[in-house]
Amino acid sequence: MKRSSEPLFWALFGAGGMLSALIGPVLIFITGIAVPLGWLPTSAMSYDAMLALARHPLGALAVLAVISLFLFHACHRLLHSLHDLGCHTGTTARLLFYGAAIAATALAGGLLWFVGF
Amino acid sequence: MTGWWRKNPWFVRYMVREGSALFLAAYALMLLAGLACLVHGEAAFNAWRAALATPWSVGLHLAAVVIVAYHSITWFQVMPKTAPRLPFDPRRITWAGWAATIAVSVMVVALVAWAR
Repeated sequence: MKRSSEPLFWALFGAGGMLSALIGPVLIFITGIAVPLGWLPTSAMSYDAMLALARHPLGALAVLAVISLFLFHACHRLLHSLHDLGCHTGTTARLLFYGAAIAATALAGGLLWFVGF
Repeated sequence: MTGWWRKNPWFVRYMVREGSALFLAAYALMLLAGLACLVHGEAAFNAWRAALATPWSVGLHLAAVVIVAYHSITWFQVMPKTAPRLPFDPRRITWAGWAATIAVSVMVVALVAWAR
């Protein structure tokens, strides 16, 4: 029997769902509302602060985890919602959705590698 | 076939929950764009931050907070249903998840507020 890739994507969906359930609302609130409106110190998201975050091994890992797992979670959910909406989701749709998440992960990893440690 | 879910409030809530994925994907791509700007240089990064401060961006993030919070609530509601038989009240998992989310959120905000 051919091995299915479904458990792998389901695990990534679960990990992303857990991470986004725990820190999704607060992250969006901080980066999208509180800091832009000045409720929290704008220096928290300054170029220097974010560069330091991206160059710290743990910071880089956190950035990669958020971008990658949020996308794997979202792509899995959207793929299955398309089916609920009556769209045919075959191999092409799977390749497109999971491929997008894999490409974004590779891009984020590459950018973090480029920015150095 | 299309629109079948609109006839039943349970399925409407289900679709709203699934819709949170759109906002999460958009948010992740927005962070990825920020990372690309960060690598590009200070001017590009400041342009990205200026875009974040526009009313459109703040409005969309406000909607995203609400819908992702709904994902958070439902995520922990569903969790006990995916677990095997438990020797305690399964609702405890839901409450623990919600408590953890609130605790983590408060800690992250405090960290950003006080760490200069």
